[in-house]
Amino acid sequence: MNGMSSGWQARAIQIGSVAALFLLWDFVGERKLINAILLPAPRAVFWKFVALAQTSALYTHLFVTLMELVLGFLIAAAAGLSLGYFIGRSRYGTMVFEPLLAGVFAVPIVIFLPIFLLFFGIGPSSKIAFGATYAFFPIVLNTIGGISQVDDRYVRVARAMGADDMQMFRRVLLPAALPVIVTGLRIGCIIGFLSIIGSEMIAGIEGLGSQIVRLGEAMNTAEMFAYILFVIFFAIILNTGLSHLQARFAIPGDGR
Amino acid sequence: MSIVIEPAATNVSAPGIVQRLWTDALFARIVVVIFVLLLWEIAGHTIFDQDFISPPSSIIAALPRVLRDPNIIWALSVTFYELVVAFIIALIGGLLIGIPVGLHGFTTRSALPLILLAYSIPQVTILPLFVLWFGVDSASKIAFGVSHGIFPVILNVIAGAQTVENAHLTAARSMGATRFQILRRVILPHMTPSLFAGLRLGMSATLLGVLLAELYVSTGGIGYYTKLYSESFDPPAMFSLVVCLALMAVVLNETVRRAEKRASFWRVQGDNAQSQR
Repeated sequence: MNGMSSGWQARAIQIGSVAALFLLWDFVGERKLINAILLPAPRAVFWKFVALAQTSALYTHLFVTLMELVLGFLIAAAAGLSLGYFIGRSRYGTMVFEPLLAGVFAVPIVIFLPIFLLFFGIGPSSKIAFGATYAFFPIVLNTIGGISQVDDRYVRVARAMGADDMQMFRRVLLPAALPVIVTGLRIGCIIGFLSIIGSEMIAGIEGLGSQIVRLGEAMNTAEMFAYILFVIFFAIILNTGLSHLQARFAIPGDGR
Repeated sequence: MSIVIEPAATNVSAPGIVQRLWTDALFARIVVVIFVLLLWEIAGHTIFDQDFISPPSSIIAALPRVLRDPNIIWALSVTFYELVVAFIIALIGGLLIGIPVGLHGFTTRSALPLILLAYSIPQVTILPLFVLWFGVDSASKIAFGVSHGIFPVILNVIAGAQTVENAHLTAARSMGATRFQILRRVILPHMTPSLFAGLRLGMSATLLGVLLAELYVSTGGIGYYTKLYSESFDPPAMFSLVVCLALMAVVLNETVRRAEKRASFWRVQGDNAQSQR
């Protein structure tokens, strides 16, 4: 409220506290005040990361995780979009199915992970299935929400002007619902990525998540930190990249 | 004559059910659930291998066997205890951080981006660190649950504290209210709707955190037994355990949701609730 005058002070506090935290970590790490197994020094983590980036191990595991993410996301998107479209198109269908799907999504799906492992084994397929299940719900719920919130007048006008189902979908429902649907796809992709990492950690033999756990169990914490930082950066890049993509898709809603 | 009327009556009632399916949403929902369970039951006996997937009937049959085991009851109560403690810590911590940050414009502007930065870190990746720092027992599950649950609470408390009207604060102060009285009588009632929206999100996040950590490494909690059952090819027992966990999650979520409804009856529900993610 006080205008921009205190803006730089707030910014200074933010940068200052992040820097202070980092310096504290560096100080503690260099002086070995905390056992390096529990908290490795930032410089050690950095050099591990540099060394890691030059080996193929990182990319092999990244490739496995990415493959799982892409397949899981494609399955979730195909199922979520088509189911969401058919449910969202009818008002009554939305009334029947939307609470059911939202109710299932309210239960933390992690508890079903043992079932996925039992059914699909500990290889990549259980991660794909688990990631797809987690990603499915935001996609289907947003698709239902997006399609069903399309203004009834648009639909009626299009019908009155003799639009067939395909035209209705292509020219009315899709443009009006796209921003909401794309949001669902973005959330689904992020949740899918995180649940794949999580399931790799709980039971996995390859992939970034399993690598983090393996290094942790070997007490090789500096390298584990390097992997963790890599995954965090990757998640942030994924999130910002998808947000930009989403911002581009928001435009067609305005173009009449 | 009556014989003629009889089939006519059944003819009316059969379309009655079909018609109800197309008009009564709740009825249709129940029918869908029954249909899915029936499909699962049939598939469980025909397509699926009984070593991996068990039909609903055998899950229900296994439920008493599982619940009679005192170790399972103990494990369930350990998980429940971890959930409740983590949620309470997240609630108190969220209030302690959120209120001072949200009450003043300057603290909000400087601290909120930091909180959002911390929130944007995908927390599953640091799960092994929690085990490293807090051990394999309950402490690491509680800590991981808190780290999940506290952020929605903080963010919604901040959003709620921002809505407290300055005029109300000034009025209370000029009437000689102490700091505690202001907190108790002005700030907290103002925040209730968004606080409870935060608690609802916080509860599902806490559930996620605790159960993730429990499945990751567990010595006596529910994660140990799900692993045991799946590794010893006893799917009915494991499925019934999962059913118990799901019920626990539903009960906890529902408790918070009920409390939210009761606490915010005097306001338009969720008018300034900030839903995150």
